[in-house]
Amino acid sequence: MMSRKQSGFPSDESFSSDEKRGDAMVATPSEVMTVVAARMLQERTVCFVGIGIPSKAANLARLTHAPQAVLIYESGTIGTRPSVLPLSIGDGELALTADTVVSTSEIFSYWLQGGRVELGFLGAAQVDRYANLNSTVIGNYQSPKVRLPGAGGAPEIAAQAKETLIIINHDRRKLVEKVDFITSAGYLDGGDSRERAGLKTGGPTAVITDLCVLRPEFQTRELVVTQLHPGVTRQTVAEATGWDVRFAEDLTQTQVPSDLELSTLRELERQTALAHSNDAAGKTSLTRNNPTAEVTRP
Amino acid sequence: MSNLLTLSDAIRTHLHQGDCVALEGFTHLIPFAAGHEIIRQEKRDLTLVRMTPDVIFDQMIGMGCAKRLVFSWGGNPGVGSLHRLRDAVEKHFPHPIEIDERSHAAMTVSYTAAAAGLPFGVMRGFLGSDLAQYNPNIKFIDCPFTGERLAAVPAIRPDVAIIHAQRADRAGNVHLWGIVGVQKEIALAARKVIVTVEEIVDDLDAPANACVLPAWVVTAVCHVPGGAAPSYAHGYYDRDNSFYQAWDEVSRDRENFQRWMRENVMDTVPVKGGA
Repeated sequence: MMSRKQSGFPSDESFSSDEKRGDAMVATPSEVMTVVAARMLQERTVCFVGIGIPSKAANLARLTHAPQAVLIYESGTIGTRPSVLPLSIGDGELALTADTVVSTSEIFSYWLQGGRVELGFLGAAQVDRYANLNSTVIGNYQSPKVRLPGAGGAPEIAAQAKETLIIINHDRRKLVEKVDFITSAGYLDGGDSRERAGLKTGGPTAVITDLCVLRPEFQTRELVVTQLHPGVTRQTVAEATGWDVRFAEDLTQTQVPSDLELSTLRELERQTALAHSNDAAGKTSLTRNNPTAEVTRP
Repeated sequence: MSNLLTLSDAIRTHLHQGDCVALEGFTHLIPFAAGHEIIRQEKRDLTLVRMTPDVIFDQMIGMGCAKRLVFSWGGNPGVGSLHRLRDAVEKHFPHPIEIDERSHAAMTVSYTAAAAGLPFGVMRGFLGSDLAQYNPNIKFIDCPFTGERLAAVPAIRPDVAIIHAQRADRAGNVHLWGIVGVQKEIALAARKVIVTVEEIVDDLDAPANACVLPAWVVTAVCHVPGGAAPSYAHGYYDRDNSFYQAWDEVSRDRENFQRWMRENVMDTVPVKGGA
């Protein structure tokens, strides 16, 4: 373990804005979240990756300590090594840099259901006290207040990967006592209810937020805070959590992101922004991209 | 050469009011031009089937084509919500739609079951998920050999499947590559298959294990270069990410959306296509 560099700790204040970019090598809360998630992906792990922050964290791991991690996306790309982050799950970059590309039915049957995935990296709109995930609706299913995109591949990733990691921004509307809808099962009602429901895999082993890391407690399976990010207080976490959250007795402090981790992450984001702005160059008008007009083959 | 048709003839001849129609393509090879032709021909009461509705179903739902939606992930990939889909589900505009919501894995199982001529597909899934509680098309069965509790979903056998592909030969054999998604599965699941292609070539010259749909399982092939834009065709053009980002703003407002559809879809001339 590297020694903790006091000078690397930003003040509480600098953690207040999610979007705020830190000074050269002071991480923003969002960067800390990504780095902490990346550290949990071990070398050579076979990892099923969701789009967004999970994808960013998995690729950061691959570019730092886990060059031989195997990244699988549900678009059927296996062992992909994108040089920039994909905007969508089926970007051509994923296919071009993959060991192999298989059909969507094959990825879910032979590779995920077949038990070949060790780690699933998931996001969601809501996570609850027992690590159940909601990406379906806010409010009632039949007449929802907000209709979210829905399940996608998440229910089977949560059920069939040997373990899962959940990445989510920390606020009371996202970390809730009980999710409005269980899209993907965590520990259901806690205790042994996951096993009793017939789920054979381990389930979520950590929830990584921009404030802390929560892990399921041994017997109750309730999420408790096990690790605080630099500069974050217990009170901040308690106020941002939708249940009366508990803290582990052996609560630890997140190691500050190293210069290598941060510079790799920022370079990845820079290259991604550059690549996607090149995509857009000369094609910013919606009407010029009218797909039904005669299109000259590029 | 018998299955080469113009896109407008193919839709007019093979897709009927009230049909169940799947338009597939997993982010890649989404048949946008065909969806637009369906909108222009004012097909109504359709059951729309797609794993990821994407912008094409947002447009079709917003224009009133859909009675029912079968899907598994209804967002704008990499951007956020599909506002027309949300407006239909949340506020019943332009009219209410029924939804049959599964997971990605369940959709693929439903397609492969249909392609294999089976009444349902079986998978390990939905244990502990609320989806099974709200969708009567997700049920549980016990494995007759081990007793394991498994999920069953009915086969999805659309009246018509529409996909985009890179190329076809003059006999109407189709070849596609890259992220192949469920193109082959949905083509073999459906009663009729319409394929739009980037180009027609003399010889496919496809490698032995390539994804090829023989002409005799394809009802119609339409030559529609650019027919997958703003999604992409591997080897031909890239995904237009800026379109997907700009769609968020266009589709947020009902009138804005309708104006855009009028100017860019309704009042445009269909692609010539065909042989």
